[in-house]
Amino acid sequence: MKAAEIGERKAVVAGVGQSQVGRRIYREALDLTLEASLEAIEDAGLTREDIDGLATYPGNMGIPPGFSGVGITEVHDALRLNLNWFAGGLELPGQLGAVANAVAAVATGLANHVLCFRTVWEASAQGDKGRASVTTGGGGGGGYRATGFQQWTLPYGAPSAANWIGMMAQRHFHEFGTTREQLGQIAITERRNAAKNPKAIYTEPMSMDDYMNVRMVSTPLCLYDCDVPADGSTAFIISRADRAGDLRRPPVRIEALGTALRGRPSWDQFDDLTTMALRDAAAMLWERTDLKPADVDVAELYDGFSFITLAWLEALGFCKHGEGGPFLEGGSRIAPDGEIPLNTHGGQLSAGRLHGFGFFHEACLQLWGEAGERQLAKQPEVAVAGAGGGPLAGVFLLTRSR
Amino acid sequence: MSEKPFRVLPAIVPETEHFWLGGAEGELRFLRCDDCGWWLHPPAPICPQCLSRSLSVTAASGDAVVHTFTVNWQPWYPNLDPPYVIAIVELPEQEGLRLTTNIVGCEPDDVRIGMPVRVTFEDYDGVWLPFFEPAEPAKAAS
Repeated sequence: MKAAEIGERKAVVAGVGQSQVGRRIYREALDLTLEASLEAIEDAGLTREDIDGLATYPGNMGIPPGFSGVGITEVHDALRLNLNWFAGGLELPGQLGAVANAVAAVATGLANHVLCFRTVWEASAQGDKGRASVTTGGGGGGGYRATGFQQWTLPYGAPSAANWIGMMAQRHFHEFGTTREQLGQIAITERRNAAKNPKAIYTEPMSMDDYMNVRMVSTPLCLYDCDVPADGSTAFIISRADRAGDLRRPPVRIEALGTALRGRPSWDQFDDLTTMALRDAAAMLWERTDLKPADVDVAELYDGFSFITLAWLEALGFCKHGEGGPFLEGGSRIAPDGEIPLNTHGGQLSAGRLHGFGFFHEACLQLWGEAGERQLAKQPEVAVAGAGGGPLAGVFLLTRSR
Repeated sequence: MSEKPFRVLPAIVPETEHFWLGGAEGELRFLRCDDCGWWLHPPAPICPQCLSRSLSVTAASGDAVVHTFTVNWQPWYPNLDPPYVIAIVELPEQEGLRLTTNIVGCEPDDVRIGMPVRVTFEDYDGVWLPFFEPAEPAKAAS
């Protein structure tokens, strides 16, 4: 593919912002969103008058509680933006699909500077009850009947992605001999990284014994393989590359993105459950760049469940399909001084479920050299940020301005 | 254990009733293409292979193999007590013809990928949920 055809290179990341992050902080979703958004606008060196595009995932939804709660309309009106383009929705290539929408908008000239945001308040919504991000459809009595995909899972007591991803992990363990000790390196590494992130939720050290002995959620996934519900908002400014002169500092470049879904769009009908849709998104990414996996300096890869991160590592070619277990063995390859530092902020397992946007945020900070105490010793030039699991996946290859 | 555990039930609509009600007659039913023989799941108005709209409700053998599974330990529902086994089973009628289900009739520790299983139905308020149980040992050995 010719470079002139790689339209995403007409877009850049101009700024990032993130609200207070925590457990049960009981702030309104819109309040968190505006904190992140205004920080991102200021970080870019822009004002709200410059923002002419708005994008979000998943849009305003009431259910599951805390999964959203703020959409395009609320932010548009609160900031009295004058928009030329906007898009909010759920049917996208993963959470970062909203950012891909923004990239497309600026690359086609529909907007100059797009504010992208993702807000969760699942910890507050959960309160002292069960996990809010799971729609069980039950427990409340009444005549609820499941439709769509849920009709194939809810009758079997399988309402959670923990169950669906658990089955994918089990298949991987079966085909390739992957072990819990190998998978556990993701949770343990992220916990160690989280200790250097002042916004992280869990920072006390985790040992392999801690990991192996914690309770099971859905085999082979234990509690520490599951991300932690959080409250928080993350925002980015995606700008036209030819407007980079408007910005406070050199932007992060978008080298390529991957949004493909070439198999069936389904958690249980996808052809190869050990790869998931991120196989396709990652393949598309490498079709759009001359860079290779060996050129990547830092990987920020979705971990709604740790097995998804393993699958991303394989899909992106840091190791071969099926070799994720041996690749993770001992944990040294994914450490901050390893061959591919992974989830340097602590991931969603320890830093909180900011639902995909946290990885992109961290990738940008690392490329700008602004990650504070957790900034990698060797300044990264190329970062990959991927989000989504199961039939949802989107991935960005980002580079430092030279 | 006379009282049945709580289950969220599917909505019964014309497009899916063959699947959810077939158990009343002991049949695991799917749409199958009259022109190319393709088995559809979930149901759709058109064959994804040949785009024919000529589809007929057809009973599968009821045999399957455990493609993958998980032992769920999380108490998602009152009165549906863990541990229980959630599985994706694959049917011999066609590669990739799969269902999410529960494996019943054995201990969770006894479930293995590749294990032969057979459909068994349970009636919940007129919805016949297809579960799968270990096939007869003689069959498993074949």
